[in-house]
Amino acid sequence: MTAPKPVQRTRHLGLHLVSVAIGGLIVVPVLFGVLGGFKDNGQLSTNPLGLPEPWVFENYVGIVGSGVFWRQLGNSTLIALATAVVVVGAAALASFVFARFAFRGRELLFTLFAVGLMFPFAVAILPLFILLRSMGLLDNPLGVVLPQAAFGLPVTIIILRQFFRTIPAEVEEAATLDGCTAFGFFWRILLPMARPALATVSVLAIVASWNNFMLPLVVFTDQSWWTLPVGVQAFQGQYADDTARVLAYVVLSMVPALGFYAIAERQLVGGLAGSVKG
Amino acid sequence: MSPSPVTGLRRDVAVPDLAPAVPAAHSGRRDRSRGLVTIALFLAPALVLFLLLVITPILVAAYASMYKWNGFGLPEDYVGLDNFTRAFSDPVFQGDLWRAGILIVLSLVIQLPASLGLAMLLNQPLRGRSVYRLLFFAPYVLSEVTTAVLFTLVFSPNRGLGDALSGLLGVEAVFADPDTVLFALFLVISWKYFGFHMILYLAGRQNIPRELTEAATTDGASSWQVFRHVTLPLLGPTIRISVFLSVIGTIQLFDMVWVLTGGGPIHASETMAVTMFQHGFRRFEVGYASAISIIMFLLSLVFALFYQRVVMRRDTEGAITTRGVQ
Repeated sequence: MTAPKPVQRTRHLGLHLVSVAIGGLIVVPVLFGVLGGFKDNGQLSTNPLGLPEPWVFENYVGIVGSGVFWRQLGNSTLIALATAVVVVGAAALASFVFARFAFRGRELLFTLFAVGLMFPFAVAILPLFILLRSMGLLDNPLGVVLPQAAFGLPVTIIILRQFFRTIPAEVEEAATLDGCTAFGFFWRILLPMARPALATVSVLAIVASWNNFMLPLVVFTDQSWWTLPVGVQAFQGQYADDTARVLAYVVLSMVPALGFYAIAERQLVGGLAGSVKG
Repeated sequence: MSPSPVTGLRRDVAVPDLAPAVPAAHSGRRDRSRGLVTIALFLAPALVLFLLLVITPILVAAYASMYKWNGFGLPEDYVGLDNFTRAFSDPVFQGDLWRAGILIVLSLVIQLPASLGLAMLLNQPLRGRSVYRLLFFAPYVLSEVTTAVLFTLVFSPNRGLGDALSGLLGVEAVFADPDTVLFALFLVISWKYFGFHMILYLAGRQNIPRELTEAATTDGASSWQVFRHVTLPLLGPTIRISVFLSVIGTIQLFDMVWVLTGGGPIHASETMAVTMFQHGFRRFEVGYASAISIIMFLLSLVFALFYQRVVMRRDTEGAITTRGVQ
């Protein structure tokens, strides 16, 4: 019962050592980027590891002061939010039906959506591009938002259906007796009750959209629509010789993602673990 | 929220209850058709999106894969399965398959076991473990592009840590050497994704009832024995899903490679998706690129079906037999 303390302490020390070592592997590249952004290229080649000497603020200040970064940040945000609204809206309506109505072909339809989990963007990107071109959706944010929403449907429907099923039938019966239509029940009772699940799937949709690269890469030839991943890659190409400045751009582009992670960590982790279980 | 439709509906719903004299079959049919309209309306947005933007492109890819087509106008030059035979006899595509195999094996042998071990460490009562967990998972939220650009610069020989690392590892410019580039790529993939798998394992571990491991410990099992004979088997479903995601992810790998190496040097890090992208968007060989897309799709599908039938099936069987034994 009472474990000998010194043994436990050395074991804990070992665990901490391993964890700190792995944490170091994660932190060092990022820290190299953060500090590198405060150096000039001369310092980077003579002193890649140490602290900047002197601290150079030009790289960060230049990027923050230019409109390009903010424009891309705004595009990424707009597209991520719009994707989340479309995918969660459409998936919630469908999941409601899948969870609470009995009709012929329901499982078949649901399986169709679930199998969609295995359709990667990479498989569809080429015909998708041709389709978007013929619909006139190139250089249009909808050309990214709608396909992202469509590809996000499977995981969103699976999570939401699971959650909607847990809401007792009595709640729906009571609502119906009180004169609620199916949509009234869905809108005024089910959705408010499902807030945690909606938050989870929204976070998943936002992160997926935020990190998407392939689709905005082919849809947006117009620079003013570029999202952060496309912008970071282009910036690297443009300033290939100016490593310090590219580092500053990369670091700044990480900040919103890490900030969002800090806020929404619970939904993200819970959602990933939960979706896998489902 | 206006009162009239509400009362209107209330009457509708109330009719069968208040008037049982109405023939059941009749009211049933009316209910059902009304229900079907509701169902159709609720399903419509998702179904339209999905059919138009997920299913249609895949059907178009399947169709285009049998044509020689530059993507403009309609495909007219039917070539049957030529695009597929071309892919399988193309050394670059053969290499893609081989490299996917290597990356999968590396993940299964190194990345996933390491993530599992780490999850077991972080499952112990350890001060600050939530900080570690937060930290280990953080790279997952960074985009593959950001990660790739960062590591390009980290490994850059002149201004990065490349020199220091090459002294350490005995190789120079890991991304420029065809012999090392795939392993360097694997390291960066692991950097980004091990936290994700760790989180899955942690969640799976926390679903194992404490009584089971405690009982084993009380019976005198060493912590290794507890892990080997209690925890690991019970983690089976989680492990199988994590393997599944890892394999599917490797088959589709694109962003990271495209930014990090563009598939080079001399195709040494190229993946199926990169080959597809090169042919489809750079050389306008849409037919050939579609064939590669379809091969990727079929590989994922066959793997998923096989996996679900053969490997994941054990999960449900296991659950049933356990219940039977008890």
